[in-house]
Amino acid sequence: MSLLEARKLSVSIGSVVVAENLDWSLETGEIWGLLGRNGVGKTTLMQTLAGIRPADSGEILLDGQPLSALTRRQVARKLGMLTQHTRYAFDASCLETALVGRHPHLSAWARERREDRAMAHQALTEMGLAELAERSCMELSGGETRRLGLATVLVQNPEIFLLDEPVNHLDPANQVEMLDVIYRRAWRQQRAVMMSLHDVNLTTCYCTHLLMLFGDGQWLAGPSQQLLNADNLSRLYQCQVRLVDDGQQQVFAVAASKSGII
Amino acid sequence: MSDPSTPKRLPIWLWVGLGLLPAASLMVALSAGSGGWFWPFSADPGQARIITELRLPRAIAAMVTGSLLALAGALMQVLLRNPLADPYVLGLSGGAACFALIGLSLGLVWLPVPILAFAGALLTMIIVFVLARGRGPWSTTRVLLTGVVVAAGWGALISLILATGTDSSLRSMLYWLMGDLSHAGLSSWWLIPLVAATGLLWLNARSLNVMSGGRLQAELLGESSTRRYWEIYLAASLLTGLAVSIAGAIGFVGLIVPHLMRLIVGADHRRLLPAAALFGGSFLVLADTAARTLLAPRQLPVGVLTALIGVPLFLLLLNRAARIR
Repeated sequence: MSLLEARKLSVSIGSVVVAENLDWSLETGEIWGLLGRNGVGKTTLMQTLAGIRPADSGEILLDGQPLSALTRRQVARKLGMLTQHTRYAFDASCLETALVGRHPHLSAWARERREDRAMAHQALTEMGLAELAERSCMELSGGETRRLGLATVLVQNPEIFLLDEPVNHLDPANQVEMLDVIYRRAWRQQRAVMMSLHDVNLTTCYCTHLLMLFGDGQWLAGPSQQLLNADNLSRLYQCQVRLVDDGQQQVFAVAASKSGII
Repeated sequence: MSDPSTPKRLPIWLWVGLGLLPAASLMVALSAGSGGWFWPFSADPGQARIITELRLPRAIAAMVTGSLLALAGALMQVLLRNPLADPYVLGLSGGAACFALIGLSLGLVWLPVPILAFAGALLTMIIVFVLARGRGPWSTTRVLLTGVVVAAGWGALISLILATGTDSSLRSMLYWLMGDLSHAGLSSWWLIPLVAATGLLWLNARSLNVMSGGRLQAELLGESSTRRYWEIYLAASLLTGLAVSIAGAIGFVGLIVPHLMRLIVGADHRRLLPAAALFGGSFLVLADTAARTLLAPRQLPVGVLTALIGVPLFLLLLNRAARIR
């Protein structure tokens, strides 16, 4: 049984058809990259898969059960999502902010236990924020805010991670570090991940599978090796993409269209 | 370095101080007044009458009102995700006062004032937070603007009712527009909803922490946000309605108190709510004591004093928020 499964799922937002009749499933240990141009509805699709936005038609199953039949709390114990933007309104410490991730696992009136705090510290350490544990979440830089957001989802510790542009605002070194953490979670703790990325070359390094959204409801899903090629990427991004191979690594490069300049 | 997995505790003296503050403020309120300074208390029967019949009921009414307003303010700040929210600024107090006044002038004496006030507060809440929102997410500016305009509207209606009424007097105008504790009568059943609401809120305080991360985060962390939002609408309206039926529309307590308490005990609602209730009550007791002694024998409406503190604070917070966003 798949952890998360979409059957004949159709999603749209406004006049944009995000996906039509999407059949897709997420298994333990898989890391999916969600690719598509700006505005094709990557966020919308993720929110639909997380059950916080209705689909036009079709069905989503979480561990074999229809998502719509589960309470938010039951969903939140199995599925965590990093939203594209995080805005903090009140001065809470980074540790307190990360601890909020334990919410779905604690009974209504319970307090966080020692293990919960240890998990929060562990997540902050993994995200390189250990020194900022007592700092206010409102004083962080863009990249630190992003890492705190992911730390909160790590503390929630779901089986399924949906990450909406997790490496936004991060410098290249931090991007790789953050994706390493996600990669280790997926492999060592047998989690499943779906994340939207704009950097195709990070996708080649980390994603086992790809879901491509073409913006007109069409989609392609499958293992990365099958889908990652210059033709698909050129069609996806509607610009010329070519494969560069120096013998050590294969890199996809955008061939600049200079037609308007020269 | 201390063990990172033990929770950071607030110093015990802070909680002892917060716990003793209401008692201390009551002592001050009982001692001070236009009848003279009564400390230490003596067995003089005249003095005893002033204390038990005049000062004590008024001080307890102030304590309850202050707690109610501070809790209502803390809740509305979670809703708006902004420390600028306050039942007075957003028009809830005005709506409550206006409904109570309409009820009284229509002769609906069989309907308790708190119920009328609750209805007025809830209606304003729905106008400001539900209707003004339209589609799409809340914008703080839009909600604040709607609230301020609705508050002005209620103020105009109150003035209209009082100006056209038969026995309109400046005093009752002040009472409904600014808040005044000099007529406050308090039957003890008002304490029951206060204690019950505080207890229930406190038990759900972790959910409030999640809600203050916004609707999206709340849903993703397992809260059914629509239900929770309605619980907060109802609770904040109830608290405001009660406060207004005790003492009229006193402003800015819901702004000042949670803000100060957040600086001291932090943003975790499990600490913030009890601290705000304790400090809010004590704050209004002291403010009211000042209001009736500063220009003694003249008595100021306490709302004038809270507004004099609250307006600069509001502007300061607005300035700070502008710098962050």
